[in-house]
Amino acid sequence: MKTVAILTVCLCGSLFLFCTMEFPNWGDPAAPASMHLSPYFIQNAEKDAAVPNIVTAVLADYRGYDTMFETAVIFAAGLACFFLLRTFTRKRRNERLFRHIPTGIVLNIKAGGKIPDDPSKFERIDSHWTPNDLIIKTTCRLIIPSIQLFALYVIAHGHHSPGGGFQGGVILGASFILLAISTDLRSTVRRLSERTSAIMASAGVLIYAGTGLLCLLLGSVFLDYGALAPVLRSGSVMARSHGILIVEIGVGLAVMAVMIWLYYNISSAGKHDEGL
Amino acid sequence: MTHQLPALIIIVPLMAALLITALSWINRKWCFTITCATFALSLAASVGVMIEVLENGVVSYRLGGWRPPIGIEFRIDHLNALVLLVIFSVALLNLFASRIKVQAHFPNKAGTFYALSVLFVTGLAGITITGDAFNLYVLLEITALTGYALIGMGQEHAPLAGLNYLIMGTIGASFYLLGVGFLYMMTGTLNMMELSKLLPELYDTRVVMFGFFLCLVGLFIKMALFPLHSWLPNAYTYMPTAASGLIASLTTKVMIYVMIRISLLVFTPAFSFGNAMLMTVLVWLAVIAIVAGSILALAQKSVTRMLTFIIIAEVGYMVGGFWLGNRDGVTGSILHIVNDAAMTLCLFLVAGSFRFRLDSDRFSELSGSFRHMPYTMIAFVVGALSIIGVPPTCGFFSKWYLIKGGLAAGSYHFVAALIFSSLINVILFFRIFEIGFFQTLPHGEPVSQAIPAARGIREAPRGMVISSLIAATSLIILGLSTNILVSRVIRFVF
Amino acid sequence: MMNDLITMIAAKYNYWAFIVLMMIGLYAMIVKKNLVKKIIGMNIFQTSIILFYISVGAKESATIPIIAHGHQEGVIQATAYINPLPHVLMLTAIVVSVATLGVALALAIRVYNQYRTLEEDDIQSQINQI
Repeated sequence: MKTVAILTVCLCGSLFLFCTMEFPNWGDPAAPASMHLSPYFIQNAEKDAAVPNIVTAVLADYRGYDTMFETAVIFAAGLACFFLLRTFTRKRRNERLFRHIPTGIVLNIKAGGKIPDDPSKFERIDSHWTPNDLIIKTTCRLIIPSIQLFALYVIAHGHHSPGGGFQGGVILGASFILLAISTDLRSTVRRLSERTSAIMASAGVLIYAGTGLLCLLLGSVFLDYGALAPVLRSGSVMARSHGILIVEIGVGLAVMAVMIWLYYNISSAGKHDEGL
Repeated sequence: MTHQLPALIIIVPLMAALLITALSWINRKWCFTITCATFALSLAASVGVMIEVLENGVVSYRLGGWRPPIGIEFRIDHLNALVLLVIFSVALLNLFASRIKVQAHFPNKAGTFYALSVLFVTGLAGITITGDAFNLYVLLEITALTGYALIGMGQEHAPLAGLNYLIMGTIGASFYLLGVGFLYMMTGTLNMMELSKLLPELYDTRVVMFGFFLCLVGLFIKMALFPLHSWLPNAYTYMPTAASGLIASLTTKVMIYVMIRISLLVFTPAFSFGNAMLMTVLVWLAVIAIVAGSILALAQKSVTRMLTFIIIAEVGYMVGGFWLGNRDGVTGSILHIVNDAAMTLCLFLVAGSFRFRLDSDRFSELSGSFRHMPYTMIAFVVGALSIIGVPPTCGFFSKWYLIKGGLAAGSYHFVAALIFSSLINVILFFRIFEIGFFQTLPHGEPVSQAIPAARGIREAPRGMVISSLIAATSLIILGLSTNILVSRVIRFVF
Repeated sequence: MMNDLITMIAAKYNYWAFIVLMMIGLYAMIVKKNLVKKIIGMNIFQTSIILFYISVGAKESATIPIIAHGHQEGVIQATAYINPLPHVLMLTAIVVSVATLGVALALAIRVYNQYRTLEEDDIQSQINQI
């Protein structure tokens, strides 16, 4: 098997290598890819949409339809993980969870049940439980708000510097994941429930698609932000710029919510009990 | 308003998927209704687009208002309009059949199931409608991801089958992406129409040749052409019956559509059909796929698993017919996309009813099924006759075109493979008919004396029966309207 | 002669790197029996394609595709900025590969819950036993 695989891989690789001989040189300014379509984007992005960051302009405006489905891909992934993994267990008010340390099995003790008394074998992992570590707690308390602030900056400043909805959304999601890692999953779920994150994820993509639909309803074609000018009370170029911002906010919301949703489901294999 | 129809085909299901997800956390009752309305609306929109195309030729829709090479465009000609109609009709029919199954299998996640299947259909429709080579990849991945999730929730070894499908599917999609990258590197554009204008000068270069080849290999993996088919049987056997009619009947067919689109629209027929060696190799591959698929189908012991191998053989029909490179062959291939989608839907719906009532669709469990599930069995017989290729059903007509094409191209091995596979299909299905009609129950007593209720054999729920019967009727209607289909629609493709 | 070789290497080594990465990924997917290793191979495979696209977008002596402030006096020179399109496309591809990874891990968790192992051989022997 191994030799067959090595042979196949070498054969494929040499075919590709053979092909590279005809590739345009790396970094060649006269390569067809750099000559045909990209000069238009570089020269007109700022004129068309008042966005100096050309990548943002192409992403959210010229090829906005691609990006809408890119957000839908992420959304589909969140939905798929939920569908595959989530197992619903009945919630109880006074439930107490204990982890049996040698096997890792989690016991759920009903109100009035006998609480295991051997502390060397059982560990309480109740919703109020947090690792009693002053350093981690304090550091995270300091870091998380700054991360979130930075994420908002990345989303809002995507017009002028590298950034935008995806990057900002991931950073925002990461701040919640940090919270979940530094305390535990259940205390994070209490702050941002699964239901909220699911609804936020669909709302984010809905903002994107809805903006596009609004353009259609205002008489232009789908995703033509220029048609939003009367609503936003600005010229059609600035309307494009604002349209991109609205869309990026939608993307950021969706990506953040899906990242958190994915983490909830994958880290606890769908049980939402303990997390990592 | 008619000029907005192409956009509505895509937006309506996308928004509906989001709405269903949000609603499934608030009020579950509405999910099914919304899904129904969505598919019906999109079907209506694609009928509208079809009428538009029939009257005025190609419809183009510029997203974001940018002219094509700069922005993305929808480009709908006769071929896509036809495939769109097929996609939404199949989705709607499968939905009616799946309602009870969804309630039974996913009581907590019904909303999510509907949202995923709507997204799946959105992806397929997007693949079909788009005129941009990269956009096609994005939608390919939407279809794929939702498909993996739906398959992974099936019974027995479904998660493993889903994971294998995921890995193979990702390789396929990545090859396609790489192929598009090669074309982009040489031309600098991603728009299909512009590619077809810029590429002819570059046809001699290795890179373009290789890019074409990579796209094809990627699509062959995705459509499960014989040596690359290993993911399909397990994935389709174990997937939940609620989704099987949708996924099994549409995925491979849409991939074949993409192959046709790439070969005829992005590359010119002169290029695709100009390389005699490539055509010979591909027709031979198709022949092997047909023969191997049919023989492997003989070895199976349950209806669904047998059908998965029949699908592999049918993929061979379509690929081979297309690469015959003449008018009859291509016509047969396109006709077979439509017909095979309907046939597969019909048979998978029936297999789903078997599984719902009997908890299994092994041949041995089907004894007495004609007596106790008469309507389901009528649909099954019609579907089977169509797969075999008996005249009033549509399967005959596409096979007729394929054989005509094979004879015209002098590919007698392809014709022989078609006839061989029809004969095998006769054996496959009449074996089941025999069990269902004549065979006594395992205990030895004849069917008439057995208590049907004890074995759980009784007619499937109304929704399933009606959908399978509609699917079966459509097979005959499609067969009778072959002439209209070919002269009004398919003639314009090639 | 030597100079030609060096220019060729300088002009192509990015593409070679992408081929090497891609083949590593392909090899891992074919040979490795552990499902997580396969998933890692798949990710390497996807990453190599990202490298390829980004290499296509590169331009010598050009800067990132963000128009500098205060350019109003002159016309924007297309040669001064690298090609933005591959970057946009790869942003999409990155997102797709993250999404695929998420679903792959979810499926792997289900596989593990079912068979208590991620080794393909062990799973196969369990399937054959039934």
